[in-house]
Amino acid sequence: MSAIATPRAASANSFRQAVSDGLVVAWRNLKRVPRIPELAIFAIIQSIMFVLLFAFVFGGAIPLPDGGSYREFLMPGIFAQTVAFASAITAIGMTEDVKKGIIDRFRSMPMSRSAVLSGRAIFDLVYQSFIVLVLMISGFAVGWRVHGTVLEFFAGVGLLLLFTFAMSWVGIWMGLYMKTVETAQQMGFTIIFPLTFVSNVFVPPETMPSWLQPVAKWNPVSTLTAATRDLWGNPNPYASQGFPAEHPALLTIIWIVIMVAIFGPLGVRKYRSLSN
Amino acid sequence: MSTHLREAILDAPPLEPPTKPNPNGFVGVIREPAPGKPLAVVAEGLVKTYTVGKSTVQALDGINLTVEEGTVLGLLGPNGAGKTTTVRILATLLRPDAGRATIMGHDVVTEADAVRSIIGLSGQYAAVDEHLTGRENLYMFGRLYQLSRNDAKRRAKELLEQFALTDAADRVVKTYSGGMRRRLDLAGALAGHPRLLVLDEPTTGLDPRSRIAMWDAIRDRVREGTTLLLTTQYLEEADELAHSIAVVDQGRIIARGTADELKSDIGGERIEVVVTAHEQIDAARHVLWNGPDADVTIDLHTRRITVPAHGGAARLAEVIRELADASIPIDDIGLRRPTLDDVFLTLTGHVAEQTEGNGNGYLDETRGQS
Repeated sequence: MSAIATPRAASANSFRQAVSDGLVVAWRNLKRVPRIPELAIFAIIQSIMFVLLFAFVFGGAIPLPDGGSYREFLMPGIFAQTVAFASAITAIGMTEDVKKGIIDRFRSMPMSRSAVLSGRAIFDLVYQSFIVLVLMISGFAVGWRVHGTVLEFFAGVGLLLLFTFAMSWVGIWMGLYMKTVETAQQMGFTIIFPLTFVSNVFVPPETMPSWLQPVAKWNPVSTLTAATRDLWGNPNPYASQGFPAEHPALLTIIWIVIMVAIFGPLGVRKYRSLSN
Repeated sequence: MSTHLREAILDAPPLEPPTKPNPNGFVGVIREPAPGKPLAVVAEGLVKTYTVGKSTVQALDGINLTVEEGTVLGLLGPNGAGKTTTVRILATLLRPDAGRATIMGHDVVTEADAVRSIIGLSGQYAAVDEHLTGRENLYMFGRLYQLSRNDAKRRAKELLEQFALTDAADRVVKTYSGGMRRRLDLAGALAGHPRLLVLDEPTTGLDPRSRIAMWDAIRDRVREGTTLLLTTQYLEEADELAHSIAVVDQGRIIARGTADELKSDIGGERIEVVVTAHEQIDAARHVLWNGPDADVTIDLHTRRITVPAHGGAARLAEVIRELADASIPIDDIGLRRPTLDDVFLTLTGHVAEQTEGNGNGYLDETRGQS
């Protein structure tokens, strides 16, 4: 037993420790991806299925008012939907970790109290970047094009990834509360499905009942979709008057800040008191 | 933690002496380590109540416990006795409702970080990542115990060797046998060179061979000077590994001492009879013993009846004659010293619970029929 190998005092440098522990947890999650390839494969297939369904099945029945390409209109929404659905996967992953006892082990270790969660959020960011990249390539294949500048393209990608990060904290928080993996699954989809469908992703909010329209317009999935459509020069014909339509990018950033500010601390608090 | 909570713990009223009557009226002897010895664990009056729906369950009802440095304490008790709750409080996973506990002088509630850096916990369920390899798991745990990258790599290699996992080191844990997973779990608990190792039922569900391998691995750690707190529902395991055994029942420690001390507490020898026919168990039991049911153990499956033998060999001769007079054929009869089973039965009024498939044959054991 060498003296060097003795654990450092836990108080050493708490921020640096939080980052380093978070990266170890992210590393752990990344290592798992190629070991369970079906997870990534189904995530991609599911999104491609949505692209095909809406591009070829419903697409013909949903004409855009100004005659723009439905597929160009659709893809930004598919990206937003995909990263929103990812939070359900995150919730399932967290519940599984709690159930299998590995969270107990982490909680008994001299590691940062936020690292298990931030590590998962960092992982989600990296992993979803990869998924989005694959989807962008598939989108390109069915006719999706970006018309803005390179800077605008990356601004859109950045917004999408920040949103992924924020949704990941929502998923983490949900996952810590769920008692079984099955409920996490049900819960995730029960929340995420309406979130992505009561939006501007597939159809114009104007066709919805009037009481539902504000939800569809202020919905973060809608603001993200509208923002990326604008940035990439894709058709965004349903932008009616009002704050969400005029400032979708700003509103998306506000949503992201709110989500992280609420669900980050809530998640850490839940983690600390798990099993109490 | 917040100061008011800390005060709440410090201001907790002094504990009442146990008021719940022991089912058997037997008061066990509780032998604490001699004063002045360095203590790794001190727990005083731990109370924990869970609320499940509308009912509340008192998991701990004032646990007092000390573990001397460099020794092994076995917490022995049936399922639901409070062993795991005790361990979870000591490992900083759970906060006690009342009472306090320190590990190497650090309070488990107010100095949880300090406690976490000196303990290693291995739980009832193998808490390793089954999609990582053995080596990756140990590397990750080493890193999270704040070892540097190189130290964590070296430590992983060292532990894989010590636990005979080198051949399987680069396979994902999913492919491991139950015994290998447990060894990896234990190795994980040691990644940070803990001064106190806490093992919650380390061999529950293992086959006999894996269990013995696990015992050997645990004994090696103890030989190196690690203090060990172990919970078990196997009497044999406590007997094998622990220097001192604390018997837990209904959230309290009801006796403590070495295995020999506990056995001698409950006194004399036992007569053990195996009757030939199942139907005659009841008849034989009445020939053998007229005293309270609690002192009788009957294993229906093996047709074995165990009763106290007041009078030793003379009583044995008498019993043989009486059984012959009553025309009860027997397969086997003998005198034996009390086992921890007897201790447990006498102290708690019920036999130690055994999980299925452990091969020890305790499954059909019942309390003396009444």
